[in-house]
Amino acid sequence: MGPFGPQPSKRHMTARIDRPLSPHLQTYRWTLTMVLSIINRVTGVVLYFGTLLLAWWLIAASSGPGAYASVQAFTGSFIGRIIVFGYTWALLQHLLGGIRHFMWDLGYGFKPTEREALSWVALIGGISLTVLLWIAAYAIGGGR
Amino acid sequence: MSIDESHGSPRKSSSMRTPLGRVRNLGASGSGTSEFWHQRITGVALTLLIVPVIAVVMMLLGRNQAGATQILGSPLVAIVMLLFIISSAWHMKIGMQVVIEDYMHNEKLKLVAIMANGFFSAAVALASVYAILKMSSGV
Repeated sequence: MGPFGPQPSKRHMTARIDRPLSPHLQTYRWTLTMVLSIINRVTGVVLYFGTLLLAWWLIAASSGPGAYASVQAFTGSFIGRIIVFGYTWALLQHLLGGIRHFMWDLGYGFKPTEREALSWVALIGGISLTVLLWIAAYAIGGGR
Repeated sequence: MSIDESHGSPRKSSSMRTPLGRVRNLGASGSGTSEFWHQRITGVALTLLIVPVIAVVMMLLGRNQAGATQILGSPLVAIVMLLFIISSAWHMKIGMQVVIEDYMHNEKLKLVAIMANGFFSAAVALASVYAILKMSSGV
């Protein structure tokens, strides 16, 4: 007790006010834009670790025929092909998702039908481009 | 990002500064929106670079090490690859930092994770740049 009644608690001066928090994902009905937002983050994380593959490939090429042959043996194996195929899709999906974000950054495509359409284009485009690229790869590299 | 600027730190309860005052100007990160902007710049760069990079990878399919080295070490291809590597490393460093900041709430663990992220991105970039330069100089 101070001379003029109870001292205001110091804590009151800077205490965080318990404002209501924004509800998280589980509260909302799933929408396509939400799914693509998550896919963009997940593919980003996949690509992050996928750079190890890129670095390994470049270092092997600069090291010599033996090292390069072991990379080729890996990328030519069944598991290796699935990983590189997944990496290709992650790259193209993240690219198209990113272009979609650039359009939003510039202020276009915010109407409900537009953002839905953009999301479908990114999703279908990512899968189609991946398949097309692999068809081209097999045509050029002979599947080696 | 620094431990001192974090929200809800117990030490801060005795500070005279209000929560709003702490995040004014350059915000809790202390660097404002510069990383948001760099993420866009590197994103635009990568959007442009991905086309020649895919072309390079296509050219290398089915070639042996000698053929691959010759292509990767030629000036134009090497420069495109260097630009791609540097933009990628920068872009992914910022991106992963956002992910860490979103999900890691222990300040010290977050600091360690952000440091590790920087080390990983720098190491991958430098290793790849080294490989390209080695092939370019024909060593």
